[in-house]
Amino acid sequence: MSIIIDDKTRVVVQGITGGEGTFHTQRMQEYGTTVVAGVTPGKGGTTHLNVPVYNSVADAVEKEGADASAIFVPAFFAADAIMEAASAGIKCIVCITEGIPTFDMIKAKLFLNGKDCCLIGPNTPGIISPGKCKIGIMPGHIHTPGTVGIISRSGTLTYEAVDQVTKLGYGQSTAVGIGGDPIVGLQFIDLLRLFKDDKDTEAVILIGEIGGTAEEEAAEYVKKEFPKPVVSFIAGQTAPPGRRMGHAGAIISGGKGTAKEKMKALEEAGVHVAKSPAEIGQKVKKALVGA
Amino acid sequence: MKIHEYQAKQILDKYGVQIPRGEVTETPSKAREIADKIGPKVVLKAQVHAGGRGKGGGIKLAKNPQEAEKIAKEMIGMTLVTPQTGPEGKFVKRILVEEALDIDRELYIGIVIDRAREAPVVMASSEGGVEIEKVAAETPERIFKEYINPATGFLPFQARNLAFKLSLEGDTFKQGVKFIMSLYKAFVATDASLAEINPLLITAQGNVLALDAKMNFDDNALLRHPDIKEMRDLDEEDPLEVEASKFNLSYIKLDGNVGCMVNGAGLAMATMDIIMHSGGMPANFLDVGGGVSEEAVKNAFKILVSDKDVKAALINIFGGIVRCDLVANGIVKAAKEFGLKVPMVVRLEGTNVKLGKKILKESGLSFYPAETMKEAAEKVVPLAKQ
Repeated sequence: MSIIIDDKTRVVVQGITGGEGTFHTQRMQEYGTTVVAGVTPGKGGTTHLNVPVYNSVADAVEKEGADASAIFVPAFFAADAIMEAASAGIKCIVCITEGIPTFDMIKAKLFLNGKDCCLIGPNTPGIISPGKCKIGIMPGHIHTPGTVGIISRSGTLTYEAVDQVTKLGYGQSTAVGIGGDPIVGLQFIDLLRLFKDDKDTEAVILIGEIGGTAEEEAAEYVKKEFPKPVVSFIAGQTAPPGRRMGHAGAIISGGKGTAKEKMKALEEAGVHVAKSPAEIGQKVKKALVGA
Repeated sequence: MKIHEYQAKQILDKYGVQIPRGEVTETPSKAREIADKIGPKVVLKAQVHAGGRGKGGGIKLAKNPQEAEKIAKEMIGMTLVTPQTGPEGKFVKRILVEEALDIDRELYIGIVIDRAREAPVVMASSEGGVEIEKVAAETPERIFKEYINPATGFLPFQARNLAFKLSLEGDTFKQGVKFIMSLYKAFVATDASLAEINPLLITAQGNVLALDAKMNFDDNALLRHPDIKEMRDLDEEDPLEVEASKFNLSYIKLDGNVGCMVNGAGLAMATMDIIMHSGGMPANFLDVGGGVSEEAVKNAFKILVSDKDVKAALINIFGGIVRCDLVANGIVKAAKEFGLKVPMVVRLEGTNVKLGKKILKESGLSFYPAETMKEAAEKVVPLAKQ
């Protein structure tokens, strides 16, 4: 099993005719993802990468039965694209776009309230259920089907963790990047809840970073009601306060959001905290076999 | 993005936030003229991107225009050291000359985005003029908050709530409500990430004014605010950081001597962390982007070797969508163009890693290869100490 997406997921790509959209749609198709349609306003009626292009997400849902979306549109149009997808009845919206203004995301999140859909990202590598479906830009070939769930605020650091886990002989049930922005869709807790109910997920890796309080909230949840082993690494132990470390969300402000606080909260919740990023794989092994 | 106090006040003025009368200048004679106009008593304030200016002699009172000129002479061109500038201090290019007001009370108003609630929060405190982080830590009950519903915006009753909690009365109360509402309007209209008035001044006459003003903006929204983007003062930033930003590289100078170049922000932070765990200190944060182009590698390499503090460097690339052979080619080209000035440990992993390693090996350049992040960090730290 896996969470959110599987081999039945039908994907529409918003911004399919753009450079990024084209490149990554091809990679998704190669991986085996069922891409059923693309959307580029004004290019409806054409075909791109062997899939029909529509003017709106609503058309793609009606004609092709799309239930998930991958967004590759430029930053200033991305919040609109998210709201369009939600409005059209898409159940899983994956927004890859980086650099969306915070106020745009505040509005988009408000719009999603009460709607039966989930948003992953923005500024995320996406989500992958190895062997079944990949919606995003992560390299498919480093993943392998298995029992470790991964939730991360990062991109390449997630690949590092995936790689370590794969090399130790463990695969992944689903790996999700929640995004590096201050305001994102699904949070650690939302995904932990889903992994809790997923029979095939035996352990979860939670990769956090400085900024915000999402890791502390996750720790609180794990302590209260998450029964499976959790391994965590927090990036930014050496980051100075007040500086934005690449990701818009990775900033220690007003003395809050330090790696130290987050690691402490997680440790107190019984999470296996890796101090060094090189230890993530070994910690998973230890958590699973107790050796 | 950060701006100067005088720029923040110019913006706030447009939205109806009351500010003291004043003007900015770069010369002592102009300071005297301004004092003639708005004085005789004026306050001179050094314009640098750092707080705690008063403690370093960056804020001074002049009793008359002559004294204003004299103080301006000392202040313009000085290197101001405050608790926030670091020991190297900041060069003062210009000063703000403002009317001196009679102070009754100093309060605090600040607006930020609350990430957990996904909404702006307006904070007020009767403890103005001191560090708000300190108030928050020691006496949190003295900070009052109103969370904004983004659908409705800041509501008048919320502004009244804050004004009552600050014990404002009569006409001062009315001015206070208008002040807070106007400040919020400015915050939203400019895509700010911070708007802070500390202190918010209540004068002896009962007027409400922004004695100091600090605004930061959402970098991702700057394209729709060209007027604000133009306010960026490159002199306030590290020259290497300015250079990096031209190439869309994310670079931050740090105190250590182990340079690093990594693809992806999370992996870049993790690389800094593992350097520390191996007994070294990172000289910088440098993210060439998850996708990394050959061009990005070249520019990043140039920045890395132009930092004199870097004694050894670690290049850590996880080739995902991007192929390691392309990255290796970029590294080799850059090393040939700019020279291998310091020992460099290169760790490549991911797509086409074998070919990438082969390219590095056959380049004839003496890179130090490493298989894992751990090995790379353990190699680079002793090299930096040599």
